[in-house]
Amino acid sequence: MSGSEKLTSLSSELDLDRPNLEDYLPSGSSIQEPHGKLRLRDLLDISPALTEAAGAIVDDSFTRCFKSNPPEPWNWNVYLFPLWCCGVVVRYLILFPGRVIVLTVGWIIFLSSFIPVHFLLKGHDNLRKKLERFLVELICSFFVASWTGVVKYHGPRPSMRPKQVFVANHTSMIDFIILEQMTAFAVIMQKHPGWVGLLQKTILESVGCIWFNRAEAKDREIVARKLREHVQGTDNNPLLIFPEGTCVNNHYTVMFKKGAFELGCTVCPIAIKYNKIFVDAFWNSRKQSFTMHLLQLMTSWAVVCDVWYLEPQNLKPGETPIEFAERVRDIISVRAGLKKVPWDGYLKYSRPSPKHREQKQQSFAESMLRRLEEK
Amino acid sequence: MGNTSSMLTQYDIEEVQEHCNCTFSQQEIVSLYQRFCQLDRNGGGFISAEEFLSVPEFAVNPVSQRLLRMLDGLNFKEFVAFLSAFSPRATTQQKIEFIFKVYDSDGNGRVAMNDMLEVLRDLTGQFISQQQREQVLTQVLEEAGYTKDSFLVLSDFMKILGNTGLKMEVEVPVD
Repeated sequence: MSGSEKLTSLSSELDLDRPNLEDYLPSGSSIQEPHGKLRLRDLLDISPALTEAAGAIVDDSFTRCFKSNPPEPWNWNVYLFPLWCCGVVVRYLILFPGRVIVLTVGWIIFLSSFIPVHFLLKGHDNLRKKLERFLVELICSFFVASWTGVVKYHGPRPSMRPKQVFVANHTSMIDFIILEQMTAFAVIMQKHPGWVGLLQKTILESVGCIWFNRAEAKDREIVARKLREHVQGTDNNPLLIFPEGTCVNNHYTVMFKKGAFELGCTVCPIAIKYNKIFVDAFWNSRKQSFTMHLLQLMTSWAVVCDVWYLEPQNLKPGETPIEFAERVRDIISVRAGLKKVPWDGYLKYSRPSPKHREQKQQSFAESMLRRLEEK
Repeated sequence: MGNTSSMLTQYDIEEVQEHCNCTFSQQEIVSLYQRFCQLDRNGGGFISAEEFLSVPEFAVNPVSQRLLRMLDGLNFKEFVAFLSAFSPRATTQQKIEFIFKVYDSDGNGRVAMNDMLEVLRDLTGQFISQQQREQVLTQVLEEAGYTKDSFLVLSDFMKILGNTGLKMEVEVPVD
């Protein structure tokens, strides 16, 4: 995606009751409450607002979330450069073809088993579902092997219990593949074009998938309903949700959408942290297509990451879904060593709701009127 | 600097430094250049209004529209000069000059009550009526010795804001 993106105002969809933005933003002068009678200089002195604006221009926490941070180049001298060249040769001419072969073999095995199972066992649903789950886990393992994925799983493996959902932080679509090779989750995804979309329509349907469309305003309610239906069903695969709603660069977490937290079931957090020494796994969808991203992974040394299955959480009495979401975000961020920012990931595609600006205006207006009363 | 290639030469840095009256160190200018390139996504050599507004922290600021008018079409050198008022090395006089420029949208060197009303409207939004705004402004103007038909020039701003200890500083992150 490049150039001008259609910036639609999704203000009705962006949650309006969020934690106070002011707690997160770097503010010096806005905290200081001026006192005393209102004078001309107080009205003319707009330096707090200007300082905040300039601060945002110079550096802002939202853009930092989506910045690719490639590992420091280490091939900068005469001794290291030839070593690096050898590395390139090994990666592109030895590892890459090997991986392509592995992946092709995997696909052949998968398709030659999946297609018969899917069509021939139409009557025997239980057996069919079991086999399909196994096969999906298998193809994901092949994918992971094709990037030489070294994944360390910590914690108890997800169990197939009803009334539970799994949430994880999101760095790239490969998050899904890495988790799927261990457990056949059902997933909720943005509909993608191209070959990814084809895979979504065919294979992922078998493990159970829910589609959403970011651009549609009414979509939220439809999706919420589908989520609720899914978790009620006893036979469905455990549902995996990425509440950030967009890929973030594995240094920060953006606000979690409350959809996963108001389903009335247990939420099991999963934290994923990639080791950047080997490759930067962040999929910057603005900079590269998923195909290019996969190719980049397949020509790196390895994809090394840690996956932590954390303690299941329930809504505490008196806690709102948004507070619940923030609490789980905190748990995941602490475990994976990520910093939290107060922004909605969808601000990548739309403007902030006018409510934030109105809050500032309101507090300024109130302060002004109050000081007018003072003598 | 022409189009935004990601390399700044020493000459470029010194030229920019001179243009902003040495309010930024060379390292800060390099950081600002990285930031400029990051915001200028289509590589046009300047940051468009859309690109500024894609920074949520900036978009929610009440004075963002006024600042966008001043930021429109600036190349990197002018961008740094724009931000120079926010450097810790900038004098109070430079900061007050900047504030004056924000008010004086038509650039004729005079700020009328209308300009002040507009800025006040940006800051207070719908939470105060236009009438109330006029009332308050007229009152404080008269208390300060002006009338509602007065024009304020830069020296007036210096007098009014000069000894308030203006805090208007931004830190440029340096790797």
